[in-house]
Amino acid sequence: MREVQTDEITKMVRDLFIDSNCNIGDDLLAAYDKGIETDESPVAKEVFKELKENVRIAREEHSPICQDTGLAVVFVELGQDVHIVGGDFNDAINEGVRQGYADGYLRKSSCDPFTRKNVGDNTPAIIHLEIVQGDKIKIMAVPKGGGAENMSRVHMLTPSQGIEGIKDFIVNRLKESGSNPCPPTIVGVGIGGTFERTAILAKKALLRKVGERNPDPKIAEAEKEVLSRINKLGIGPMGYGGTTSCLDVFFEVEPCHIASLPLAVNVQCHASRHKEATI
Amino acid sequence: MSNKIELTTPLSDEDVEKLNIGDKVYLNGTIYTGRDAAHKRLVDLVNEGKELPFDVKGQVIYYVGPAPAKPGKPIGSAGPTTSYRMDAYAPTLMELGMKGMIGKGNRAPEVVEAMKKHKAVYLGATGGAGALIAKSIKKAEIVAYEDLGPEAIRKLEVEDFPVVVINDTRGNDLYVEGAKKYSKE
Ligand code: SF4
Repeated sequence: MREVQTDEITKMVRDLFIDSNCNIGDDLLAAYDKGIETDESPVAKEVFKELKENVRIAREEHSPICQDTGLAVVFVELGQDVHIVGGDFNDAINEGVRQGYADGYLRKSSCDPFTRKNVGDNTPAIIHLEIVQGDKIKIMAVPKGGGAENMSRVHMLTPSQGIEGIKDFIVNRLKESGSNPCPPTIVGVGIGGTFERTAILAKKALLRKVGERNPDPKIAEAEKEVLSRINKLGIGPMGYGGTTSCLDVFFEVEPCHIASLPLAVNVQCHASRHKEATI
Repeated sequence: MSNKIELTTPLSDEDVEKLNIGDKVYLNGTIYTGRDAAHKRLVDLVNEGKELPFDVKGQVIYYVGPAPAKPGKPIGSAGPTTSYRMDAYAPTLMELGMKGMIGKGNRAPEVVEAMKKHKAVYLGATGGAGALIAKSIKKAEIVAYEDLGPEAIRKLEVEDFPVVVINDTRGNDLYVEGAKKYSKE
């Protein structure tokens, strides 16, 4: 058994949320560059230039790239040979969120669903825990903004609708979402499992880097086809019209019940923020 | 499409009538912030026949809930929020003379109609470009509803604040026209 102190976890979560919000991945910067080069619309090229400049300023000033610094989604892979000491594991994560959002000057967006009163410290974190082999803890921080999240859907298809039904549903969802989720989007897709499992798969898909294909060649083909269909919609960056409406589509697939075909489409904006670290 | 235009608030009917969808506009002067909760309070005041905390005539409202300001800065990251949540309130404010709204995302047909009727425009700021946009905000001061935190109404002094015309005063819509132009379906 390897011992890990809860305050190490807190520190790591704090740092991950500040870093992910202020310092976007190089895969996205490369995608913006591609947009500047290849988008057929001059207005779209301008938007990509703004996005690039925005990332540069955020890195330089260490300020969040978007004011919506999200709800704090945390994926944890906890090694089964780790013994957590010094306090409560969930509290440690929430304390990390509290500190990160305060110290990083990040916006606190968590509120009571009815009174809409702001909780004040952006807790609770949305924690997805998986127990894995080994004696390490891997934590992935995903600040998730509201605009794109609101465009997401879970849909229970009938099995006969099959892969074509899945593709149509995703493309229509993005068409209907139009300019709302700050395109160019990234689309996380969960297929299979149950009602709740498929949604978690879709969220988890967003942890991939732009260009990272599903290892199954058939699924990878479907990802590419849906991406190209979304890009034919003409929505363009910010919805101003253009040939880059989506940067990538990621499918995560698991077995489901013989009677069901669960599908989740988790829409993500161009500000696809996620960072991970391991203790 | 795609002229570059500078405008200073407050805006007149003539200022907004010359704008076309796709025009890039740089705003100067004073604009006000407001999102869901603040809009509800403003329209409640109007319905009760009470005075608003600021005069909306000729003004532009920016749908934004900024991130907290770091020491020495007027404001934190300040990109637009999705506008459709303000659709229920926008026509009332246009009736009172509001000339512009800044946000992102589609508006309801009633809102586009109200823009035609009252001569107002809907301007898009680049969603997610919060750090860049904050650079053009020189001063920020809370004028109402401090209890709403990021949703409080702020008066912003802006210089060359970059926006794109999405709906003009003739009912045109950049989202519709843009997608039509580049669609390959
Ligand atoms: S959708 Fe994304 S980029 Fe747009 S405002 Fe929300 S978090 Fe920011």
